[in-house]
Amino acid sequence: MLRQISGSIAVAEAIALCRPEVVPCYPITPQTHIVEHISTLVKSGQLKNCSYENVESEFASMSFCIGASAAGSRTYTATASQGLLFMMEAVYNASGLSLPIVMTLGNRSIGAPINIWNDHSDAMSVRDAGWIQLFVESNQQALDVHIQAFKLAEALSLPVMVNMDGFILTHAITRVDMPTQEQVDQFLPAFVARQKLDTDAPLSIGAMVGPDAFTEVRYLAHHKQKEALAVIEQQAAEFHEIFGRDSGGLIKSYFAEHSEIVFVAMGSVIGTMLELIEELRTEGHSVGILSLRSFRPFPANAICNALGNAKQAIIFEKSFAVGMGGVLASEIHMATAGNDLKISSVIGGLGGRTITKKSLGKIVECAMHGELDKEVFLDLEGTTVVKELRRQQEGQSSGPVAENILRDMGVVSASKTL
Amino acid sequence: MFQVRIHGRGGQGVVSASELLSVAAFEEGKFSQSFPSFGSERMGAPVQAFARISDHPITSREPVMEPDMLIIQDPTLFNAINVFEGANTDGYLLINSAKTPEQLGIEDMTDNYPPNHVITMPATELAVKYIKQPKPNTVLLGAFAALSHMVHMPALEKAILEKFPKRIADPNIIATKAGYNLIKQKLEQVQEA
Repeated sequence: MLRQISGSIAVAEAIALCRPEVVPCYPITPQTHIVEHISTLVKSGQLKNCSYENVESEFASMSFCIGASAAGSRTYTATASQGLLFMMEAVYNASGLSLPIVMTLGNRSIGAPINIWNDHSDAMSVRDAGWIQLFVESNQQALDVHIQAFKLAEALSLPVMVNMDGFILTHAITRVDMPTQEQVDQFLPAFVARQKLDTDAPLSIGAMVGPDAFTEVRYLAHHKQKEALAVIEQQAAEFHEIFGRDSGGLIKSYFAEHSEIVFVAMGSVIGTMLELIEELRTEGHSVGILSLRSFRPFPANAICNALGNAKQAIIFEKSFAVGMGGVLASEIHMATAGNDLKISSVIGGLGGRTITKKSLGKIVECAMHGELDKEVFLDLEGTTVVKELRRQQEGQSSGPVAENILRDMGVVSASKTL
Repeated sequence: MFQVRIHGRGGQGVVSASELLSVAAFEEGKFSQSFPSFGSERMGAPVQAFARISDHPITSREPVMEPDMLIIQDPTLFNAINVFEGANTDGYLLINSAKTPEQLGIEDMTDNYPPNHVITMPATELAVKYIKQPKPNTVLLGAFAALSHMVHMPALEKAILEKFPKRIADPNIIATKAGYNLIKQKLEQVQEA
């Protein structure tokens, strides 16, 4: 059924169609509307047989998920940013214990400085935590991929994190096609736990593992993620069969195989890029996009093949490792080693900075002239940066950077104009 | 594609207006999207919201940079920020004020628009009259429909009924109609003259 609703409501209703049995939650912007709406669905009786618990923190939330999932319940929660950091220890445990929990991450930056807006810093902070990490381009994909996430998690007995750009998707009201309960039931069978805490058949989960076996356990976790590559593709195909839509999968190529210059990116920025390359291609330019829909497992072979004919790849990321650079760019380097490919890393959209078609267009123009640097910060205000650097050189007590820059940019005084 | 940018202050229903617009367009079978300029929401702070309406799927995620319709819900914003930035002056401008553009001191901008594409109207006064609250958003949506024909009254009514409980929806529908009728009459009078 076609609906015009926000991304958060769309996801909440899709989660309800997946019949979760336990949903612990702790609110944090920008995911709050998702868990709020699920609570409404539980209260109204629309979502039956679901235990909804408003717990005292994110750490409690993920711990609650671990307990519920280990007891054999289909379990879901959502978080973002600092909330994810607060649950970090439990996040690693969920994957280490092979528990098929599904969690939405309403992607948001990480402080300090505190910032509630969108980027991918939170997702990247758990890139080594052993979860499957999927990214979505639109609200339709968000709801579709959540349905796939439960099936994937339960098929592999691994937790799955669906990354959805905070505000840009969660708060955007767009058209979505909401599937029927029958369709979802057909795609997603009832949960049968691979391991289950049961008083009638007692077992223990979470043994201490010493040096003699730790490597083997970790190797098997890596092996399972690699196996997930095929399962993700297979389930996306099955989803397509039942729902008639292309959602999920490892990668999505928009002319990437036949283009000289290819953007590689994850999430909602693909939408703006699509508008841009449509214009550029009409003008006869050879520009494409490779959307990375699965970040963990990392589909290195699929990426390498999709970029096989490209001359330049522009890796666009909404986060970076301070002191190193673009994480995705470095992983793409590894995946395409041996290809004759020039790689540039573009960092943009940090802390909610608007990513305009115009700015992306300038990046492509630079690339066309062979003038794109190896590392570019999109729309960086150079004069502000230079001013602060000079201030720091002039004296030891130059003060806090964030406050200095806000003052330079006039943000502090602007907020006082009321 | 028709792009809308709404400026106002927190508490004036700016975000709701963009949402209602996108739902109304959806009801008419169009593709549409709406989203706010995301910030820490608080009463009185400058707020923007965006809407796009098209016959084709919309993929862009950037804020509306070149609005075909600019709605200014609070004229005190002229002194605070450049609300006109990027405005398509072949499009429309709808301002909530009982004053004329000259009285507001913005004729340098409004003179760039075609005749009858700039409307000022006392939307807050009408809102207070019909919904007993200084929320000019639905009055302006009615005016939007009369001015642009991008959405129509039945769809707007449906969108309002979907979003709000009846006791809030009903007076807002009356307010929307008041905004619509005022601008429709205004434009008809101009045409006759």
